[in-house]
Amino acid sequence: MTKPAEYYQRDREWHPPALAQGYKTSVARSPRYSLISLEQSASEITGPVFGHNDIDPGDNDLLTNYAQAGESPIGERIIVHGRVLDENARPVPNTLVEIWQANAGGRYRHKKDMYLAPIDPNFGGCGRTLSDENGYYFFRTVKPGAYPWRNWVNNWRPAHIHISVFGSSFSQRLITQMYFEGDPLIAKCPIVQTIPDPAAIDQLIAPLDLNATIPLDTIAYKFDIVLRGRRSTLFENRLEGN
Amino acid sequence: MPQKLDYLKETASQTAGPYVHIGLAPGAAGFDIYERELGWDIAGPNAGGERIRVEGVVIDGTGSPVKDVLLEAWQANAEGVYAHPEHEGQVEEGFRGWGRVITDFETGEWGFDTVKPGPVMGRNGRMMAPHINLWIVARGVNVGLNTRIYFSDEAEANAADPVMGLVEWEVRRQTLVAERAERDGKVVYRFDIRLQGDGETVFFDV
Repeated sequence: MTKPAEYYQRDREWHPPALAQGYKTSVARSPRYSLISLEQSASEITGPVFGHNDIDPGDNDLLTNYAQAGESPIGERIIVHGRVLDENARPVPNTLVEIWQANAGGRYRHKKDMYLAPIDPNFGGCGRTLSDENGYYFFRTVKPGAYPWRNWVNNWRPAHIHISVFGSSFSQRLITQMYFEGDPLIAKCPIVQTIPDPAAIDQLIAPLDLNATIPLDTIAYKFDIVLRGRRSTLFENRLEGN
Repeated sequence: MPQKLDYLKETASQTAGPYVHIGLAPGAAGFDIYERELGWDIAGPNAGGERIRVEGVVIDGTGSPVKDVLLEAWQANAEGVYAHPEHEGQVEEGFRGWGRVITDFETGEWGFDTVKPGPVMGRNGRMMAPHINLWIVARGVNVGLNTRIYFSDEAEANAADPVMGLVEWEVRRQTLVAERAERDGKVVYRFDIRLQGDGETVFFDV
């Protein structure tokens, strides 16, 4: 049995803590005991593999994947694109990226969302894609609107897109949220502020990317996603190195 | 000043929120959009081994069921092989080893059908008892929680399991063991998860 090459330990002071008083729901849903730390085994360094048979090519286009033929959702047409990398800056290829979001008015297509802003008949709000061999991915969608929620009386979520990524192992599994450059609600949001380090928050803010914008058509934001890096095996058992 | 380490930092986690179903289980959110939703079939039709169902509820610190949870399972087949290129051995065609379930909006109950996994070799040549890896996200959970489901009819293997042995308090190990029962001739394991307080489930930093 060879010794598996582990993924770098997660920096739990960079991620939000389980208990963050300002985000009220976390109070009753956060463990009180410490996590038990594992040295990784096959259970952690393996994970599900997805292929092009699992999804359809149009699943990453939210402008069309729920629209009536010839119609479009209302809102600011945007491209969200970037790369999935690991902490060693290596691309993570062929990994499943899934997103979900509210429509341009901040309304989710979900039976539990009762916000008075209307549903857009041409917008579903979810998409998925596989990163290519260079770790690159993209979606077309509309920019989501801000959204009120019951936390403090007057809390509004910044415009955001939820992102789920698998990586190559179950230990890299990650769900996060992407925010938009310049949004003044970011600094006011108790969910954003669960993250203690301002630099970690900056990493969740997608900059406007005019280079990727399609003139007269769609404006672009760039969002790179970084998953846990993997230890070099050179010092362990694979002398051929990385 | 020394040189700078040039590693990137991992993208920070954020809660999956209450509408996680839109992205990961849109049928449950109330609309069909994808030809195939992912994660409904863990083992596939060809998998060998014992067919089982695993079910439970997730309970918060007040003792109330959590009704907007999403759980993902990752497991080996009955031979102890993961469906992943780095794990030696073959899995049956259609065996994915990965599943995704959500809790019922009214009751908080969740469950999935699969096969009972075989033991998997752990570190330093120590065999791990049969287990299913579980990852839990929800509104109010800032970073996904990892735990493991072990099986009550594997007491001997559980006692020798190297991960179980890392839990210093023997009384807490029991929170990782699903209770075996039979219902209508079907094997059902009960695995309730307590996020906080009395009987708090053991969670791992993997």
